[in-house]
Amino acid sequence: MTVIAWIVETTWPACVDATRIHTPADAEIVLVHVTDPDAAGLAHSAYAGLLGRGHSHRDPGAWVEDLANAAAHELLATAAARLGRPCRTRARTGRAETEVLAAAENAELLVLVRDGELNRPGPGSISPTTRYLIDHALCPVLIAWPGSIQSAAAPQ
Amino acid sequence: MGAVEAEAWSVAGLVAVLAWAGIRPFGWPEAVVAVPVASILVGVGAISLTDARSELTELVPVVGFLAAVLMLAQLCAHEGLFTWCGTAMAHMARGRPNRLLTSVFVVASLVTAVFSLDATVVLLTPVVFATTARLAARARPHIYACTHLSNTGSLLLPVSNLTNLLAFHASGLSFLRFAGLMALPWLVAIATEFAVFRSFFRSDLAATTTTPSDADRPSTPPWFAVATLAATLTGFAITSAVGVNPAWAAALGALALIAYAARRRRLSLTAIVSAADPPFLIFVLALAVAVRAVIDNGLDTALGGWLPHTSGLTGLLGIAALAAVAANLINNLPAVLVLLPLAAPGGPATVLAVLIGVNIGPNLTYTGSLATMLWRRILRQHDHTTSLTEFTTLGALTTPAAIVAALVALWGSLHVLGG
Repeated sequence: MTVIAWIVETTWPACVDATRIHTPADAEIVLVHVTDPDAAGLAHSAYAGLLGRGHSHRDPGAWVEDLANAAAHELLATAAARLGRPCRTRARTGRAETEVLAAAENAELLVLVRDGELNRPGPGSISPTTRYLIDHALCPVLIAWPGSIQSAAAPQ
Repeated sequence: MGAVEAEAWSVAGLVAVLAWAGIRPFGWPEAVVAVPVASILVGVGAISLTDARSELTELVPVVGFLAAVLMLAQLCAHEGLFTWCGTAMAHMARGRPNRLLTSVFVVASLVTAVFSLDATVVLLTPVVFATTARLAARARPHIYACTHLSNTGSLLLPVSNLTNLLAFHASGLSFLRFAGLMALPWLVAIATEFAVFRSFFRSDLAATTTTPSDADRPSTPPWFAVATLAATLTGFAITSAVGVNPAWAAALGALALIAYAARRRRLSLTAIVSAADPPFLIFVLALAVAVRAVIDNGLDTALGGWLPHTSGLTGLLGIAALAAVAANLINNLPAVLVLLPLAAPGGPATVLAVLIGVNIGPNLTYTGSLATMLWRRILRQHDHTTSLTEFTTLGALTTPAAIVAALVALWGSLHVLGG
């Protein structure tokens, strides 16, 4: 059984815990993190807007890219340690919707976390990106509640 | 040379300067084209040597002030002030993205106001990103806050933006009076941005429950840098009160930090000189000559009728809107150089309305202006990663609202403090 767990800043512990609890011990677990390239893109664009300073090669976008790569690998390592089971990690960059679906193409379970406004029950408690993944994933999806290990399986 | 021919030379020259600065080929300094273009415009008689010289004489003190502020920011970064700010923001956040956004707003607004927008874009943005990474928080709202506040936060002091320094020089206002009139517009514009951000990013900011609060307590701040900064800001107020150019206060602050760093052998001469960014300063001077040629050869009469000369609220709104549109078309630096000579006769109210437009306006366009975006797109330097739609939607929600709110606040300040 191949399980894809989407590791996201702020909600990853719930994802890791749900994966550990709800998958068989011999499951092949892949922790996937997707770096949003927009942060570096925004830093690039802000620098491009500073007319006359381009020659000095102080573009903060490159710095942010390096920081983002390092942060992604660090987060995956921390998540793998919390999982406490053999797993693989995969760091991707791009639109989360596309990258997670591609990673989960041949998987048998996709683990996500409710990541919207949790004090508002209903659709608002799931972010648009996670909603998209629930709608388009070809495999069963497990949705965990952040902050607790109670999880609800959402049949596809 | 006929007026039409002179204007044609001037416009062609200015387009060449802006295109080169937008394209930035081979990473060469923008001055490589700007200086020859300014010389050619003088050579062919599109601008007289006397006019060019008077433009340069007027602007050299402004550019000197800018150099001192740029050095001050880089030296404070060298002392670790920005890194300390990152630790302090992480601590203030206590693991809650909402609180992190508030602290990013406070720090980015202050850094922009005191050190100019360059410091927020180049020095603070990576620190904020590193802070979000350390807290495992989503970076997007906080990085957007840095980019927006590098513009919106630059209303407060003459040193906050090169556009302000140019306007400060042209308006005849004192440092304190400028700050006094712009304080309320600055606060109101930032508050408007904050309200929109809280709503626009509510999903990113709401996912809080399992955010690890592993922020270390901030270490001791770099006291020498903080003290020098406080002394420099006090120096701005004192020099302004006694009628001395406040650039001297900035220069003294920079010198104190250089001496402090040099005593500990932590700073090379190259680092000090490059912090002042001489090619940029030369570019600003050459750009000003090219813009002056375009204005004097006919743009002043062409645009003069467009600019309402009034201190009424509607008139000021019109001026700010025109300034914002100009900034979005060609970048706010040439826009302010074009608009200032037309706005200055209208007095401080008109000049400050132009500043509100050119400073907040660039938040509407990705890369600050359509011209820059076009050059980057043509050269495929435009990375298709950032969602243009999201950037533009956020810009459309914040920019007009912030401009109108700041304008009303300016109008109120002018009435209370006197125009």
